[in-house]
Amino acid sequence: MAAGTYLLLMVALPVATLAREGLSKGLAELGRALFHPVARAAVLLTLETALVMAAVNAVMGTLIAYVLVRYRFPGRKLLDVLIDLPFAIPTLVTGMMIVTLLGPHAALGQLFEAAGLRVVYAPPAIILSLLFVTLPLVVRTVQPVLMELDGADEEAAYTLGASEWTTFRRVTLPAITPAIVSGALQSFARALGEFGSVVVVAGNIPRRTLTAAVHVFGEVESGDVHAASAMSLVLVTISFCVVLVVSARQRGGHG
Amino acid sequence: MLYVGALVLLPVASLLRGALGGGLRAFAEVLARPDVLSALVMTAKLTAFAVVVNGTLGTALAFVLVRDRFVGKRLMNALVDVPFALSPVAVGVVLLSLFGKGGLLRPITDALGVEVAFAWPAMAMATAFVTLPFVVREVGPVLEEMGTDQELAAYTLGASPFVTFVRVTLPGIRWGLAYGATLTMARAIGEFGAVLLVSGGVAGQTETATVFVYRALEDRDDRGAYVVATVLALASIGLLLLLDVVRKKRGSRAEAEG
Repeated sequence: MAAGTYLLLMVALPVATLAREGLSKGLAELGRALFHPVARAAVLLTLETALVMAAVNAVMGTLIAYVLVRYRFPGRKLLDVLIDLPFAIPTLVTGMMIVTLLGPHAALGQLFEAAGLRVVYAPPAIILSLLFVTLPLVVRTVQPVLMELDGADEEAAYTLGASEWTTFRRVTLPAITPAIVSGALQSFARALGEFGSVVVVAGNIPRRTLTAAVHVFGEVESGDVHAASAMSLVLVTISFCVVLVVSARQRGGHG
Repeated sequence: MLYVGALVLLPVASLLRGALGGGLRAFAEVLARPDVLSALVMTAKLTAFAVVVNGTLGTALAFVLVRDRFVGKRLMNALVDVPFALSPVAVGVVLLSLFGKGGLLRPITDALGVEVAFAWPAMAMATAFVTLPFVVREVGPVLEEMGTDQELAAYTLGASPFVTFVRVTLPGIRWGLAYGATLTMARAIGEFGAVLLVSGGVAGQTETATVFVYRALEDRDDRGAYVVATVLALASIGLLLLLDVVRKKRGSRAEAEG
């Protein structure tokens, strides 16, 4: 029963603590902490950037998985390993890399700046770092499903004269859609709490580029653990609901 | 192809350029700085702690979840994934509200005379927490697939539960465990948000490598930040290659027996 105790201590206790701390001053105070303009803007920014990221990730992740499974080309093995790199690299380092690459002192950053697009210390950099951090999620959810499709249906479609695009859209896509949705939801849940990379690239200007997780950090730094708990509680609730949806779908055989 | 190149390779290349800009000698000089060294050692210690704790208790947990039937098992199963859903900063906040000033468990730790928050115990807990699911989720499926036939055979032949575990079960789950432990390592090395909140950030004492990089960036110590970040990136790339090796071992084993 040591294992069960460990789990209870490690997981259930923290969640209970968060709930207790967040609600310790009553619902009204919780509401005030959350509807503070800075907090509200932070939650909205977090949801927006996570949503954009999840959409891009769903499309690009599916594409990458499709290429990895259906095509044979030199460097495929390397590409397959590279996909996991974002999981391995510390998120803080990810943020640094993006700033070095696209920051105001970098050549590429100046190029974008000249074109009138501010990347670093602005929402695009947040989306970019979220994309990097969550890259493996959609790819690794879709890939096994694609591998299991034996290709007979696709070949039948080709034989009947369908183009590759039509075949993908009418035959392959319906089969992998549940996996794509699961992967996108997981990346969304992951993105809500992302901190290490975002804190470096976002610039963290309240109401403009301050995300919810960075807001929590700021509140702790300024000694307001209650506001920090309230915001954490919101983040945890949303991501946990998303995770529950994902696992319910998987249990139902849709994932 | 281009997308992966632009999203993954370009950033890595620019990091390397930043770190090696001053030549290898300058790189080595930074590495020898006492605050840099102590941060790297701290990260190594925390990682080792997470691997040992989650390697043993994670395996035990996987066992319970796969083999036993009991009330609340589904809830327990769901709880295992909580660390994945919890933002690292939220983990830090929890530890602070438990062990920080006026924290729930503060009276107990004070009575025992242990310093938890802003010291290594809280950092170790944070690291172990965020890496909890890996071993459980890698060992679980392997246990499930293995079934209990071989173990029952060992019992019939008179082996004790311990001998059965060491001689029959452990070799079976070996590669799953190795895979989970490697994932744990990778995640523990990179943990930042939770550790930052509870570390107190005393340079040379309670700083991990990632916290060091963050502080160095804030202090405009770009050289130090780049060098340590590169070490971290190289370590994670090494672990990634290791993961690939373990995956192949595991794969070939499954084929041989399947």
